[in-house]
Parts: sequence; C-alpha cells; structure tokens
Amino acid sequence: MDVMPKWAEVILVPLISLILAAILSALVILAIGEDPVAAVNLMITGALGSTYGWGYTLYYATNFMFTGLAVSVAFHAGLFNIGGEGQAMLGGLGVALVLLFIPWPHWTIALLAATAGAAVFGALWAAIPAYLQAKRGSHIVITTIMFNFIAAAVLNYMLVNQLRPAGSMDPATARFVETVHLPNLHEMLAPIGINFSKAAPANVSLVIAMIACVLVWLLIWRTPLGLEIRSYGKSGRAAKYAGIGAVRITMIAMLISGALAGMMAINNVMGEAERLVLNAVEGAGFIGIAVALMGRSHPFGVFLAAILFGFLYQGGAELALWTSIPRELIVVIQALVILFTGALDNMVRMPLEKIFLAARMARAPKPDRKPTEPAE
Amino acid sequence: MTAPAIELKGISKAFGPVQANKDISIRVMPGTIHGIIGENGAGKSTLMSILYGFYKADAGEVFISGNKTEIPDSQAAIAAGIGMVFQHFKLVENFTVLENIILGAEDGGLLKPSLSKARKTLLELEKEYDLKVDPDAVIEEIGVGMQQRVEILKALYRQANILILDEPTGVLTPAEADQLFRILGRLKEEGKTIILITHKLREIMEITDTVSVMRRGEMTATVKTAETSPEELAELMVGRKVLLRVDKAPATPGDVVLDVKNLKVVDEQGVERLRGIDLQVRAGEILGIAGVAGNGQSELLEVLGGYATGSGTITLNGAPIDLTGKNSDGRSRRARGIAHVPEDRQREGLIMDFAAWENTAFGYHRDAAYTSGLLSNNAAIKADTADKMERFDVRPPHPHLAAKNFSGGNQQKIVLAREIERNPDLLLIGQPTRGVDIGAIEFIHQQIVALRDQGKAILLVSVELEEILGLADRVAVMFDGQIMGERLTADTNEKELGLLMAGITDTDAPHTMAEIEANLAHAHGDASKEV
Amino acid sequence: MDILALFDLSVLDSTVRLATPLLLACLAGLFSERAGIFDIGLEGKMLFAAFFSAAIAALVTINAENAEQVAQAVADAVANNDQATAQSAAEGCSGTCRFFAGVSGWLPAVWIGVLAGVSASLFLSLVHGLASITFRGNQLISGVAINFLAAGMTVLIAQDWFQQGGRTPSLIGGGRFEPITLPFAETLSGVPFIGPIYAELISGHSILVYVALLAVPGTWWLLFRTRFGLRLRAVGENPAAVDTAGVSVVGLRFVAVGICGVLCGIAGAYLATGLQAGFVKDMTAGRGFIALAALIFAKWRPWHALWATLLFGYLQAIALRPDIIEGALGFKVQVQLLDALPYILTVVILAGFVGKAIPPRAGGEPYVKER
Repeated sequence: MDVMPKWAEVILVPLISLILAAILSALVILAIGEDPVAAVNLMITGALGSTYGWGYTLYYATNFMFTGLAVSVAFHAGLFNIGGEGQAMLGGLGVALVLLFIPWPHWTIALLAATAGAAVFGALWAAIPAYLQAKRGSHIVITTIMFNFIAAAVLNYMLVNQLRPAGSMDPATARFVETVHLPNLHEMLAPIGINFSKAAPANVSLVIAMIACVLVWLLIWRTPLGLEIRSYGKSGRAAKYAGIGAVRITMIAMLISGALAGMMAINNVMGEAERLVLNAVEGAGFIGIAVALMGRSHPFGVFLAAILFGFLYQGGAELALWTSIPRELIVVIQALVILFTGALDNMVRMPLEKIFLAARMARAPKPDRKPTEPAE
Repeated sequence: MTAPAIELKGISKAFGPVQANKDISIRVMPGTIHGIIGENGAGKSTLMSILYGFYKADAGEVFISGNKTEIPDSQAAIAAGIGMVFQHFKLVENFTVLENIILGAEDGGLLKPSLSKARKTLLELEKEYDLKVDPDAVIEEIGVGMQQRVEILKALYRQANILILDEPTGVLTPAEADQLFRILGRLKEEGKTIILITHKLREIMEITDTVSVMRRGEMTATVKTAETSPEELAELMVGRKVLLRVDKAPATPGDVVLDVKNLKVVDEQGVERLRGIDLQVRAGEILGIAGVAGNGQSELLEVLGGYATGSGTITLNGAPIDLTGKNSDGRSRRARGIAHVPEDRQREGLIMDFAAWENTAFGYHRDAAYTSGLLSNNAAIKADTADKMERFDVRPPHPHLAAKNFSGGNQQKIVLAREIERNPDLLLIGQPTRGVDIGAIEFIHQQIVALRDQGKAILLVSVELEEILGLADRVAVMFDGQIMGERLTADTNEKELGLLMAGITDTDAPHTMAEIEANLAHAHGDASKEV
Repeated sequence: MDILALFDLSVLDSTVRLATPLLLACLAGLFSERAGIFDIGLEGKMLFAAFFSAAIAALVTINAENAEQVAQAVADAVANNDQATAQSAAEGCSGTCRFFAGVSGWLPAVWIGVLAGVSASLFLSLVHGLASITFRGNQLISGVAINFLAAGMTVLIAQDWFQQGGRTPSLIGGGRFEPITLPFAETLSGVPFIGPIYAELISGHSILVYVALLAVPGTWWLLFRTRFGLRLRAVGENPAAVDTAGVSVVGLRFVAVGICGVLCGIAGAYLATGLQAGFVKDMTAGRGFIALAALIFAKWRPWHALWATLLFGYLQAIALRPDIIEGALGFKVQVQLLDALPYILTVVILAGFVGKAIPPRAGGEPYVKER
C-alpha cells in the first residue's frame, strides 16, 4: 500500500536526502579547515556569477545529462550500468574517427555524423556486457566495471600507438579541422543580442542533450517499448508472461544506454577539446549515476540534477583554483549524494512514512470498537 | 483447574494502514488441538506470527501456562516452549536435515559435538513420534512431506510444548495430510498443545478439539468442534450464508480447440518436469487440472502461455503452435487467441507498481487500439480501463491507482477483464481464486462459466480440489509431470482424485501409506524444487 | 622461445606479493557475500585503509623522529645550562607531535598504521551495513557510493594533512613492513630447486603476506567447522530460517560485514605499507574489483579463492615484465593489452566459460519479514 502521497515520494524524499548530503559535505569542508559558507559563496559566484561561469556549468551539465540519461534508461530496465565512463570514452573515439578521417563540408552534417559515431561506439561498448548478461547471466555491474578498465586500455593504445600525430609526445589526436567547430553559446546567442562569454565551452550540444531528455521521456513513458522496458525492470517474470523478451529488452536498453553515454563525446570531444585526449571523460560517466539517482531516473529530474552537478563541478573547479580545497571535494559530494539518495533512501523514507501514517490516522474517524467477548 | 497452555488477551496489530488483528483474545487448553479458521487475509498467520515473536503486537498480552510472557523475538518464543511450522518452510535448502535442525540451537561453538548430539536426539524423537527422516539428506533433494517433518522435528528438538502449524496441508496430497494428522494425534497424546491454522473446513472437523473463527482481523467465535458444523463455520468465516456450489448448466462440448500430444518440458537443471502430456480441451467445456502443487501444472501453463519451451505437438483449432523459437512467446500466443490468467497474479499477471490502466494494456500494449503511430495511445487505454473496471465491478474504480493498492479479488478482476474481454478461443487460468475474498470468488466463477457458455475452451489449473469439482466439467489429475487419469467431474469424488494425486491409478484397490510415501518420495525428488 | 621463463622465480615472487591484497580482499568479500551482503565497495575500503595506514604510520614516524631531535636539543641545551633555549626547543614538539611520539612507544609505527587502516575500513563497513542491513537499501549503490567516498576523501585528507598533491610522504624505517626471513632460508638456499624456492619464493615476504595465507585455512575452518560459520552460511542462503530459529539476522550480517572490513583493512594496509612505501591517489587501481571477480571464479570457497587470486596475481606480475614475455613467446605484446588482461580474463570468467557460479541465494536482497 502507498502510505505517502506522490509529491512526498517524488519531491520530499530526494530533497531531504540532498539536504543531508549537503550538511555532511559542509562538515567535510569544515573538517579540512575551510569555511563552508565562504566555499558555497565562492562556488555560486564562480559557477553562476557570470556568463563565463554559466558557460562552464552548462558545459558540464550537458555531459551529465547524457550520462545521467544513460544510467536512467538502464535503471528502468532494472539494469545498473556502471560502464558509462567506458562507453563515453569509446564514444569519444567514435567522434574522433568520424571527424579525423572524413572531410566534412559543414559543422551541421559533421555534428550529425559525429553524434551517430559516438552513439554507435558507446552502444557497441555496452553491447558486450549486455549480451553476456542476457545470454550468460554474467552480472552486468561487474562486467561494465571491467569494461571501463578495458576501455581505458583501448583508448590508451589508440592514442599512443595509432592516432597520435607524428612527432607529438602528447597522447592525443590531432586537432579537428576548423569547419567542424561547433557554435558555442556566445556564437549562438549573439544574433539575439545576448552577450555570452566567448571563452566558455558550452555549445550547441546542450540543445542536443535537452532534445535527448525529451526523447527519452517519450520513449519511457509514451511508447509501447517504454512500457516493456519498465515492465521488465519491475518484474522479469511478468515481462516473460507478457511475451516481453528478456534478451531483447536487456540488449535494447543497454544499447540505448551506451549510445547516450557515448553521445556525451559530441560535447567534450567535438565541442570543447576539439581533439581526443586521454582523460576526456573526467569521471562524467560515474557522475551519471548520482544524477540518475537524484533525478529518480526521470528525464526532467535528470535535467535538473545535471545542472546541479554542473554547478558543483564548475564551483568545485573554482574552489580548487582559489582555495586549497582539491577538486576531489566534488567526488566526495557525489558519493554522499549517491549514498543518501540511493542507498540510504529508506533512512529518510521510513520516518516520513510514519509521520504520514500518523497524520492519516489522526484524520480518519476512529473505527467503532465493539466490545469483544473473551473467547471460549 | 489447569491454566490454559496459551492465553492471548487483546492482541492488535497494524501493518501501515491495514489492521491485521483487532483486539483478539483466545485460550487454548494444554493437550488439545485448537483450530483457527478463516479466509485468506483474515489475520490468522499474523496472529500466530505474533505468538512466535516474528512480529511485535501493537497491543495485548500473552500468557503461557498462566504466566504473563513477553515475546519480543523468536528466541523468546522458543524459550517459552513454542514451535512453529510456517506455511513456507524456513529451511536452508543446501544444508542437510541435521544442520537445519541444530541451526540456532547448537551446543557450543564447534559443530561436531552439536551434530553428533543432534543425531542421537533425532533417533529418540523418531522412535517416540514416528517421524522418519534421513539426517544426512540435503533439504533440496527431499520431498515436501519430509521437509515438513524436519520442521516439526526442529520444534521438538527445541523442546517445544506448543506447536503451531500454518496451513500445513497446502502442499500435501490427501494421503500425506492424513499421515500428518496421525503425527499430530500422537503429539497430542504425549501432552503437546497444537494450534492448527487452516482455511479448510474438512481439516478442522477431522482433527481439532476446539476451533476459533477469524474474519477481517477479528475473532468472531470460538466453539467446541463437536458442537458445530461445516455450514455454521463457513457462515462465521464469511459473515453470511455461502453458496458452496457453482451454479452451472451441463456442458455442451463442441470441436476440439486445444490438442496437446506428448508434451515434454525439461527445466534448466535438466530435470524432466513434463513427461509426455496428452490432453484435449473442447469448445464450451472447462477442463480442470488437479494435483498437488509442483507436479507440473505450472510448467503446463507456462508452455501453453508461451513462456517456457517444450517438445511435442500442440494444435489450436487444428493448426500447430510453436513450442520453441521466435513465435513461441506470450505475444504470439495472444495473437493466436490464447488468453492467460496466470497462477501468480502478483508476480506475473500484474506489475504491482504500475497503475491499473498500464496493467490493463500489459501484454496487449502493442494492439492497434492502444497505439497511435510509434506512441502509446494512453487516453484510449485509460478510457478502456475505466470501462472494464465498471463492468467487472473493480473497486475502487480508479484507473490511476497502482495495482498494489487493490485487494486480491479486485486485482484478479483487473487481470480477468484484460484477458477474457478479447474474445479468446482458449482461456488458460491458474489458481483463479487464490487469495481472493469469497464475494469475488463467486463473481470470478460466474465469469468463467459464462465464458464457457459462449463456446470457449477453458483450461483450469487449481490445487483446490473443491474448486475443480465445483467448476470443471472434466478433470485430469497430474502427478510427477504426467496425467494419471481423466474423469468426468460428475462421475468422480474427492477420494478417487486424491489417490490419483498421489500417483496411484488403480483407485479401487486398498493402498498402504508406505506405498503412497514411496511414490511421493520418488516424485518429489525432482518436483519439490518448485514448491 | 622459452616458455619456462614465464615462470621465472622473480615473477613468481612478485605473484605472491601482488596476490596478497587480492586474496585478503577476496576473503573479505567471501565473508560478506556468504552472509548475503554484496559488496562492490571492497575497492573503496582498501583505498581508505591504504591511506589511513600510510598516513598514520607516516605521522608516527615523522613525529617520533621529531620528538627525538627535540629531546636531543633540549638535552643539549640543558647540558649547557641554557634554560631559555631548552624551553623554546621543547616547543618544537607539542600537542599532536607528543601524541604520536607517545603512541610510537607502544607499538611499531607500521602496526599503528595497520590498526588505523583497519579502523578506517571498518568505518566504511559500518556505513555499508547501515545502508544495506539496517535501512535495507540497494547494496550495489551503497558500494558505489563507498568507492567514491574513499576516492574523494583520501585525496582531500591527504592534501589537508601533507600538502603533497594527494599522497602521503614516503614511509621510511619503522613506517613500513620489512621482509621476514624464514628459518633456515640461508642454509637451505644452496639445495637445488627446493632451496631457491624456499629462500626466495616462500621466505622473505612481509608478515601480512603470511597473515593472508593463514587466513585461508582460518576462513575455511570458521565457515565449515563452527557454529558461527553455520549461521553465517545460513543467513546468506535463507535469512528467514535463521530468524525463525531465534538468531538475529541483522547481528550476523553486521558481524560478517565487520569481518569484511577488517580483512579489507589489512589488504589496504599491505598495499601502502608492505607492497609500496606510502599512499598515492587511487593506488588500489581496481584491485577490489579483481578480488570480486576472483570471488566469483572461486565460487565463494576459501581454498579456491587462494588459487584464483594467485592466478590474478600472476597476471599482474607478468604484465610488469614485458621483457620476459617477449623473450618467452618470441614476439612483443602490447603493454596496454597486458594491463587490460586481468579485466578481460574476469569478463571471460563471468561469461561462464569457466563453469557456472551460483551465488548465495539470499545475496543482494535485503531481508524483510514477509507479510
């Protein structure tokens, strides 16, 4: 039985979890001898105080939308895809190959092709763990973790031994040609009279990420396939009864998930770095887990959570720049968000349910007690 | 006057908003067998779980042999001399009988001395109560009957004086149940007090001294068994006069709709679960499949419903249907006009977290009426759901409510509405009234009979013999993956079917318990896993 | 071509060293998973322990040394009858310094480090237990959170304490474990075949290596010969059976998770104070996950865990010696392939090409009394 109203489940529980994570993060900052209030102020100014800050916040948020959606789609199918990191790495490889070896006449066509390349490479990297889960019952959590490590080795090999321009010591590809440069927010907003920072990396990929949010929402909540994915995630037996194939759904959900994670590369590789470097993903694949959990696997929730994490990421970078707090603070915050919104969910829910139950009991009229005869 | 072995005073317990027990009082005298009877969900198991310390009561007191006793956990219950045999056995499947018996009652930190002591005690108990088990057998390899004896021995090993049994005959054949009752009689002679929870009137009449009736969390009466009748108890259980028979005209069977020949199913462990099934269902008749749970009925439904693979031939209206491959899944079956109300409504038939309207589309979600282009036509689904809910009297009639928020009967109506409203040629229906309140049972039975009278073929699987005898026109009895025999319902009786359920085809000859035991042990050896 | 070179004594020797943290973590996971609690946070616990053992050991050695110098300075000043200098010199060691210097008197610094590492790992176990046992949360998600928590906190604290870019100072002297020479190693080393094996392969490791090896029969005995083991295995298979037998499911599972924490703690401490001399960022490098794979490979059995971790240890050891591989096979193997080999092998194992593993039946599911 549902004890709590829906709004409490959807908004109150995550909000309280988030507040708990924030309080603990503040304590961590205190413990390393810094002032949390000053830190938050610095983060807000650094991330939201200028169009430059916003540009970075939205740039990171774009990454997290893709990876957050990736984790969400898998979650809906009851699959825990920890492999977003590796899938995003391979997505980067896909983008690099598409842009390095084919001369594109215009960035729009290049973007379409790069998106496809990123999605295909990311999906393929997810396909093997998916297949092993579906056909051989290998636990997808462990296989996707392993594939992150293997992806790092593959990328390392490709950059060091294959794609590195002659004479360069840097394990990175050559720069992409100027024609495939993606318009950034400055270039996009200037025509309508908004003067956005030129230096910030947020670019047209943000729009694609937002479109992806809408498409994923449509897919999950408005299509028969979405119903099948959700059914399989809730009850494998029921799905089987309804003729929804486990192998098919596992493969489809993971291919979509991997494709979304891979598509992150149009933002960081094509949009920002304009070449493929070794550590291009920077943990965004993992942040997708926190984003999906916080957003309750709903695309709109993911959208909001991605912006929040974009803010944290940019704010954290500013902190590392101006204070002695290292960037790893963000990893800690991310861990606390995952812990509280994901694993310690019930710690918040159980007392809340008691409160709502008590409130309901108080509202409902007392059932009339008939005096019961002692038995026998 | 001796103090009662157990006295409960004013026990109340709520699970969230559900009041499972309301102010219940009961006294059980030592050396008697006391029955507690009531429908599913009446609160019987909750009450006994409280007595065993598995749940904590919100209010009320417990007296054991006249002394007020606090039972915060099972350990306290064991210390107070209470043992319980749960409906679903609490055994560790890959442990031996002996290991299960000492678990939690070991002597000292090392296993060896505990095991050898238990082995000795077990021999004594075996002699005293005639409870035969093999101490070194692994639980997953023995039959349910023996597993149940292990549970009883577990309680006796802990020196229980009070034994609670929750629906102990649900997984037993009538013959096995008789043997259990003999054991209980023996325990009673030795001065043990026994509480028997059941929803079967026959068992109450057969073995108990006194009986309490529960309805909707309340205790409605406690009477001496000798001074009551099944009719009176039934009325007390449901609160009104009950029609114990289904009203239906004789069947007028037409052409063969479903023809199954030599159907075999092998499970993942390589065990043959169906061993060559032959059966036919005609238009306008209900074929009932009787049998003790775990003898292949579930596999039969699964293959026919398209979610297990098998070998053999099955034809529907003369055309073969695929048993393996792409066209053997549930979706293809639906396309061929086979509707299926599954045995496990909560885990198969419905998705408990989904709204009623999503569950109404479930399985048919790709139907043209439910889609527009690539997208689902949610408005159409919701309208259809509201319509179905009204016609099937689903309460409350809210398409947006999640399935878990409906009662068992209303959940079943949602599934039934979805499956039979599509005009199928064949309806597969498993345990149609398990966990369903009596009011809804009548409605569901009427719907099934109405469907038959429209000339549809119906295959009914139920472990309730009464339901089969009341509803089916013909009955086939399954045992150990085979059909032991077919009878016209009108020409058979519970005793004959009971023997067939124990795998004995020559139903006229007298049979010894040992023979039945041996038969069952053989069958359970590979069938017990499912139970 | 010389295939035998692949089994060079030096490679086997580092196999033992590299297998040790894997073995400890694998046994840690074995206790947890046998009790029905999945733990993908082995990695994080090891990392946490590695940092705290190295950090505390470093603090103890640095401060003890400092205290010694200060004491010397004070003594010199006193000898010169220079009270003022003695006074100011004494201030060179106060508060924290005195505390750590004082502690160093009880135990060698490295052992204090081990205790600190084990405590840190136990703390994370407690978090995992709270999330997955008390609050019945998702065990996988809790494990992921713990891994990130450890990855972030270690660098954060390391930077705060040592300002060396997220690492601890290198451990010297009593701050790390020294190899132990087993009896007769010298004498026997001359004996052909057996001698070098005993002297180089079996003898000459740090004590934690032997602790890990002894933990294998210890785990076996505890699991299969004691009451505790019976209950532990039962709770991972069917917690309801344990509950109705009057034994606390929560209690048992917390103990199991606690043992897991202790073993992960030792594993982490070995990484930072035995295998290497100090903590560096992310030094576990996926060992926790390899240990998990080994656990599955071993089908949750102690002796098999030993063989599985030795195999993975060997893969790690041989990956460090591309020269030997080239010599033995006659062609060059890409270093990236060697790096990825343990992970690839894990996937192959998980794919079930090496036999199907059936995990404890109640694994991963929080225990809820049924209604």
